Amino acid sequence: MIGSTILVGLSLFLIIGTVIIKGLPFLSLDMLTKTPNGGYYFGRSGGVLNAIIGSIYVAGGATLLGMLISLPVAIYLNIYLKKENRFARFAKLSFDVLFGIPSIVYGAFAFSLMVYLGVRASLLGGVIAVALLVIPIMVRTLDEVIIHVPKELKEAVLSLGATRWEMAKIYFRQIKAGILTAVLLAFGRGVGDVAAVMFTAGFSDNIPTSLNEPAATLPLAIFFQLGSPIPEVQGRAYASAFILSIFILIIVVLSTLLTNKRRKKS
Amino acid sequence: MKIRLFKDKVISGAMLVFSILSVSMVLLIGVGLYWRSLPILQDYSIWELISSNVWRPLKGSFGFYPFIMGTLWVTGMSIAIAIPLCLLTAIYVSEYAPNRFKNFFLPMINMLAGIPPVIYGVWGVLFVVPLVQKYVAPFFVDFSTGFTVLAGGIVLAVMIFPLIVSIIVEVLQTIPKELREASLSLGATKWETIKKVVLRKAMPGIIAAIVLAVSRAFGETIAVLMVCGNVPIAPQSIFDPAYPLPALLANNFGEMMSVPLYDAALMFSALALFVIILIFNIISRLILQKISVRNA
Repeated sequence: MIGSTILVGLSLFLIIGTVIIKGLPFLSLDMLTKTPNGGYYFGRSGGVLNAIIGSIYVAGGATLLGMLISLPVAIYLNIYLKKENRFARFAKLSFDVLFGIPSIVYGAFAFSLMVYLGVRASLLGGVIAVALLVIPIMVRTLDEVIIHVPKELKEAVLSLGATRWEMAKIYFRQIKAGILTAVLLAFGRGVGDVAAVMFTAGFSDNIPTSLNEPAATLPLAIFFQLGSPIPEVQGRAYASAFILSIFILIIVVLSTLLTNKRRKKS
Repeated sequence: MKIRLFKDKVISGAMLVFSILSVSMVLLIGVGLYWRSLPILQDYSIWELISSNVWRPLKGSFGFYPFIMGTLWVTGMSIAIAIPLCLLTAIYVSEYAPNRFKNFFLPMINMLAGIPPVIYGVWGVLFVVPLVQKYVAPFFVDFSTGFTVLAGGIVLAVMIFPLIVSIIVEVLQTIPKELREASLSLGATKWETIKKVVLRKAMPGIIAAIVLAVSRAFGETIAVLMVCGNVPIAPQSIFDPAYPLPALLANNFGEMMSVPLYDAALMFSALALFVIILIFNIISRLILQKISVRNA
């Protein structure tokens, strides 16, 4: 039994270790700050700045869009409706289900939507796809946070004669840390996901300047670089994977700090 | 006073609309995918599509059998690896280990859940595939590239570790302490207690965890794509390459628009994935809900 625990725990270090060992040698300042020059995939110079910025744009835009929808929904389900309300329970079940749907289904669906609406593979498409993917995650996280606000607050506010909207505003201040956690979680997922952006965001060697241009994303960049037969380029793929890991590490550390701060407060 | 009430009503109405839209996303996705796969469903029956072994889209034959088999093999392999490991780990963490270990181990495992699938794929290509090719396969077969069901199973198993471990640990925690104490007071050893009392009580939750893990493994695309070989033939052993359904979708999206019925076929596979995962998810969520209600 202890053996299996060790094995499970070890796998985490194996993964991180492999990425670091293979990726660090190929990491250079160039990779971080330049976009690919012509023939990048054949070994010439350049970097993955296009993918880094593209990923930030896509994940950021999707998180923003997602938050605009998830926050009202989470507030409505938990504050406006009673907990036993059938619609609330059904909605929560639906979001749990949506949470389990793999990103490729979201990608395929978003692609169909885009074809229907006439949107081409672009930053906008990627943002829509990732937003759809990320909304269930955010609603679920916000849900957890709102439920944990102590009941006395709700009762005190209501007894003073507040309307539900005013109550929501008071809740808002309490759950600020939770909102940040949800944002970080969503951003982390949005940055790392391939299947949703594969056909919706396109790929480009340039940094997108408008919503209608295709955007490169870091995971896709890793994927393409890995497929090249030239070892130089493959090494760059490992370095890009390393960059992505650093991103995710920052996000995880930030969100753990936030959760601990929240726990200490309550 | 009236303005406050009016604001409240308007805002709650807007939120209701948002909520209904979001919830109906499930329906929208299902309907959208179905609508896009209609062309191929009209030409072939579902049975034909599922059982035919021939995948030649350029000639118009769309047999999904190899991909379904590929998905089943890889998912099955990953479950076979993950369940015993995670069950033992979860039992150790929740029943035997000191609390400090638990508080340190569980967040660490949850970090695994945050790692993007691409990185799992990179790890798979760099570590698991050569491992299989050089150290495992020679015992069993003459030749293997390492891009096999086994490699996919290992990578996928590590991906679902955090899910299974955290659910099983949670389920084990909800079993009342009195049950264990009663069993021990009747003279059972700790292991006997766990095996015959705790696990039996926890069985529905464990099954729910397995079902959820299966649904997650089914849909995982990129990591599997990078290590599985992508050969459209149904695998005959774990050292054969496989071509799971999500990988099919991802690999062929580029060409899909140019060949007639190809896009409908791919949308059909997306629809099939969606429906299967939907069913699995609903079943396991309902089981988990019932458990939490019963033990609350």
